[in-house]
Amino acid sequence: MSSTVVPHVDYLVLGDNPHLVANECTNCSARFFGRRNACANCSGTDFRIVPIATEGVLRSFTIVTFAPPGVPVPFTAGIIDCGGTSVRANIINVDPTPDKVSLGMKVKLATYSLGKDDNGVEAIAFGYEPA
Amino acid sequence: MATEDIYILGINMTKFGKHPDKDTVDLAAQAALAALKDGGVTMKEMGVMAAGCLFGEGSVAQSIQKQIGQTGIPAYNVSNACATGATALRTTIMAIKAGECDMGLAVGVEKLAGAGLLGAKSRTDGKVFEPKGRFGAVVPTDGLIGTDNMPGTFAQVGMEYGHKYGGATFELFAKIAEKNHAHSTLNPLAAYTKRMTLDEIMNDVMIAYPNTRSMCSANCDGAAAAVVVSGSKLKTLSKEQQRRAIKVSASILTSDPYQEACQVLPDVNTLTRIAAKQAYEQAGVGPEDLDLVELHDCFATAELVHYDNLMLCEEGGAVDFFNSGATWRDGRLPVNVSGGLESKGHPIAATGIANIWEVCHHLRGEAGDRQIEGAKVGMAHVIGLGSACGLHILEKSAL
Repeated sequence: MSSTVVPHVDYLVLGDNPHLVANECTNCSARFFGRRNACANCSGTDFRIVPIATEGVLRSFTIVTFAPPGVPVPFTAGIIDCGGTSVRANIINVDPTPDKVSLGMKVKLATYSLGKDDNGVEAIAFGYEPA
Repeated sequence: MATEDIYILGINMTKFGKHPDKDTVDLAAQAALAALKDGGVTMKEMGVMAAGCLFGEGSVAQSIQKQIGQTGIPAYNVSNACATGATALRTTIMAIKAGECDMGLAVGVEKLAGAGLLGAKSRTDGKVFEPKGRFGAVVPTDGLIGTDNMPGTFAQVGMEYGHKYGGATFELFAKIAEKNHAHSTLNPLAAYTKRMTLDEIMNDVMIAYPNTRSMCSANCDGAAAAVVVSGSKLKTLSKEQQRRAIKVSASILTSDPYQEACQVLPDVNTLTRIAAKQAYEQAGVGPEDLDLVELHDCFATAELVHYDNLMLCEEGGAVDFFNSGATWRDGRLPVNVSGGLESKGHPIAATGIANIWEVCHHLRGEAGDRQIEGAKVGMAHVIGLGSACGLHILEKSAL
């Protein structure tokens, strides 16, 4: 058997210091998550992989209380400013209520298990919790 | 090179709401025939046609032609999210500006009654973790890495504005919905015409904080159609047709230019602001010249940011602008006197022509109980997420 633990998405790096990585355009430094064809800012095609700060500030959020089947609610979805790079994530380990989650709050990356698949492989997801 | 002036010659929208006895082609044909009649012309005089139905099959334009007139003209089937109707209109305008013809028909139609939550898909996690898609996700990301649903996405758009400038509270957003629901009571074609109190709105079912159900656009059925004519052709038509024609003094379509974060949370601001600048320049008017605005209040949280994006207020001043009462129908610059998408309803592809109809109605002095007296210049704005911004400035005939 190969790896028994996999990240939820390929831009989450697991290990002792879990963090996100972005594709950074070598020409204009625009950063993107996920597979790229070219840069949306300058159309450059050369990228380097850069680590993203694990702490940030909550710049926007919503508390989703109504969702299609299979998406458990409620949860807090947010946009986190991680040292100048915006990250989309859930806010976790805090009640999803407007009195517990606030604009401008400091958060840090945290991971949790999504369980195991039929082959015993465990998936690890990320979110941001109050710092 | 001077290009042709463009006018709306005829325009119509169906009643928005539930039409269980009609399909999309029935609704589109009804609006198209009524727009032609309103303009005093027939399909035989149309030189181009563009139509859209976002959740329909491919060739809605030809399907409509098969019911109301197969004349062999070029037919464009357009799709541009919630800006589909505006895109159909603009496609028709471009053909006339290009000199290919002097009259054209644009149609938008949608059947969405009971469609539920848009933008999100039900999630069934696989039994084996295999990386899929651009993020190599082993299970779908919606709900685990933020939200894909529209109420949540636009909630974040409004909250982001609040983070930047302050003052954007749950109550403030609810008050915007209160205004639009109050406006809808005067619009017999709106899907919902019930006035709602602030308490009712704030205590309605929460969908995605701070948007409750009555702060979300209403899924419904509806169609709208417009007949567009060149200025030189209009001069050959009757005085009555010339008097009722509405000048399209700006027709703009933008997509979202790259900005940091725009692929993380859709940026509906930059492309709207660019469209507004282009529209004011093209029309030779400023925000202070507008008598009414129909803007894309797909959610109450969206209306706030567009006050700013369309430069109806100073930068960062949307909260104070709304609190001044300016955007109520008796205010300095009425916004969404139709009731907006929150109560008039939002049959996606029809919206970008229905808002033009609303503005034309006032500029022609034909808006009945909800007439904005003396209206001479109006603006119609739509945003299709992804994103596309359609913006039109319309002016009363000089005749």
